Amino acid sequence: MDGLSFDLIALQLFAGLALGAIYVLFAIGLSLIFGMLTVVNFAHGAFYMVGAYVGVYILMLGGNFWICLIAVPLAVGLIGLVVERFLIRPLYGRGMDYPLLLTFGLSYVMVELVRIAFGKTGIPFDTPDILQGAVDIGVGYFPLYRLFVIGAAAVVLLALWLFLERTSFGLIIRAGARDPQIVRVLGVNVAQVWLIVFGIGTAIAGLAGLLAAPLQGVIPEMGGTILAEAFVVTVVGGMGSIGGAVLAGLLVGVVVSMTSLFAPEMGKVSIFALMAIVLIVRPQGFFGRAGLMS
Amino acid sequence: MARSITAFGSISRRRLLTTVSAGAALAASTFRINLVQAEEATIKIGFPVPLTGPYGTEAQDQVRAAQLAIAEFNDGGGLNGRKAELLVRDDKLNPGEAATRTLELVEKDKVNFVVGSLSAAVQLAINNVTKERGVIFNSISQSDAINEAADFSKYTFHEALNPHMTAGAVGRYAFPKFGKKVAFLTADYAYGHEMVRGFLDVGKTFGIENLGDIRHPLGTTDYSTLLPRIQSLKPDILCISNFGRDQQIALKQATDFGVKKTTQIIAPLLSHASRVAAGPQAFEGVIGGCSFYWGLEEKFASTKAFNDAFRKMYDGKLPSDYGALGYGGVRTVLAAVKNAGSTDTDRVIAALEALKYDFYKGPQYYRQCDHQSVQSVLVIKSKSKDLRNESDVFEIIGADEPSEANLRSCEELGHKA
Repeated sequence: MDGLSFDLIALQLFAGLALGAIYVLFAIGLSLIFGMLTVVNFAHGAFYMVGAYVGVYILMLGGNFWICLIAVPLAVGLIGLVVERFLIRPLYGRGMDYPLLLTFGLSYVMVELVRIAFGKTGIPFDTPDILQGAVDIGVGYFPLYRLFVIGAAAVVLLALWLFLERTSFGLIIRAGARDPQIVRVLGVNVAQVWLIVFGIGTAIAGLAGLLAAPLQGVIPEMGGTILAEAFVVTVVGGMGSIGGAVLAGLLVGVVVSMTSLFAPEMGKVSIFALMAIVLIVRPQGFFGRAGLMS
Repeated sequence: MARSITAFGSISRRRLLTTVSAGAALAASTFRINLVQAEEATIKIGFPVPLTGPYGTEAQDQVRAAQLAIAEFNDGGGLNGRKAELLVRDDKLNPGEAATRTLELVEKDKVNFVVGSLSAAVQLAINNVTKERGVIFNSISQSDAINEAADFSKYTFHEALNPHMTAGAVGRYAFPKFGKKVAFLTADYAYGHEMVRGFLDVGKTFGIENLGDIRHPLGTTDYSTLLPRIQSLKPDILCISNFGRDQQIALKQATDFGVKKTTQIIAPLLSHASRVAAGPQAFEGVIGGCSFYWGLEEKFASTKAFNDAFRKMYDGKLPSDYGALGYGGVRTVLAAVKNAGSTDTDRVIAALEALKYDFYKGPQYYRQCDHQSVQSVLVIKSKSKDLRNESDVFEIIGADEPSEANLRSCEELGHKA
């Protein structure tokens, strides 16, 4: 295997960053919910999968991809609100493993319900017409749709950042994450804040699922692999740190890409090798707060 | 300490007495006797396939068509009134799981035969169990190793194609037409490795140049980091040897990356179910092999009959390639049972070896030395226009007729001639 040109390495680096953007999108909802609620949402992959299926359903009803982009996060976020209000809320204050086990079970229920409703076999999901094909990015051709996904990830991150850092509601969320008791004493309805955070986190998971559908098709089990990858990104970035998740997502993408260039069969393992190394050197991850897990 | 042991001992004794008496009562009851008779009456076929996981779509089709073979056997009166029954198990595409499920089928469910599997690797695990227990196993999934003397036993039959035949047929079609520079994208396990070996074997005849074999783990969902490398090799032909969901995603993403503009994509096997699940866009123009396509009904009455029966049972749906294998695998075993007039293993083996059959795709027979089904290999091309129905997805563009010349010879496989 010779012929390592500059163009190829540059394209490979770009492919890694593009993949990283997708990882960021997968992980950010998980990281948000953990950072604010200290709930490890094992149903994250299931919400992601439901997002893709809501998209399929809207297309079946005659909608188009652009309607899906709005409707899917709303619908999945709504499911998230219901789950938080009736399933997760009774478990607050009982330790981390309660919501973890609950969401783990919930993910099985959700996958099974989708299998009943849509069948076990995969469903095709075509790339929207105007986003089809590959474009020249200077060092080689790259699929237009992947560029669109990078853009979408950037928009989601920017919106999330503005919401958390620049609005008064974001201030309450951040305060609630740091010390819910004081915030409660100040007269803020913390329960409502957590409800909304969970809704936002699941909405982003649903959107990620929709955006992934044209890349890999739709199947009830599609959330399984992504959950593992999202956890790696979250752990490497530091549990609960959104900035950390962004950095870690991009890093994981580049590591996979560069590993694939030299040892393609190691691509998948490299993700976990990276996690192991980071955990040895810096157990709380890049920007994690030490002691959040205890 | 001593007291607690005594106490434990007495409970244990009491429990033992209860169990024994209950067991005796059950054994004496008519219910138990009926149960034993029922067990003798049905012919049980164990059917371990990967219902969940990346090959789930294909596996579910295997089950559907196998059920048809069972229904036909039973409607035809069974073996002097003895009905057949299919015991489906999910092997989760995992050799350990498959071995456990098969062992349960043999030891606990007392199956007469095992048919099934959908993986070059998993079928060897099943075969290990069945050959040790002396149970006939008819594999309905591609493998070269299962033909070889090391894995073969007299209980082992192989209804599916093997990679050597499949890659051979596709290579013989594609290499003279599309160019000599060939790159490979391969699932990193037995199936992929055997397919690549098959392509390289047949490629020698045509003088192909191997630009590189890029291997990906089974169950990969993103190929974006592998495709730029492949494109930089500038191949005439890209040969993608993976299966199921891996194939769907790889073809979809290769299309997105514009690989098809410069390169002909070929696959040893184009899976019907994957083509339906991925949609026409991803598979458009891709050439590959298959063991069965429903369109054969124009050529063979057996295909027509199979299609019609399948349509009738499943609301007008048509069978897929792997579905046909599920049907063929079960039907041949049951036909041998009928010919032998018994479920006795040795007599059924003799009947299978003697079978010359045309059940769904034209003439076939099991070769004596390795029990490989000698059969045709179709070369097909995926189409996206003029689709007559939802199953009208391929066009047959070539075929290798059934011939032992396309198989590795018995000596090559290590069998004594």
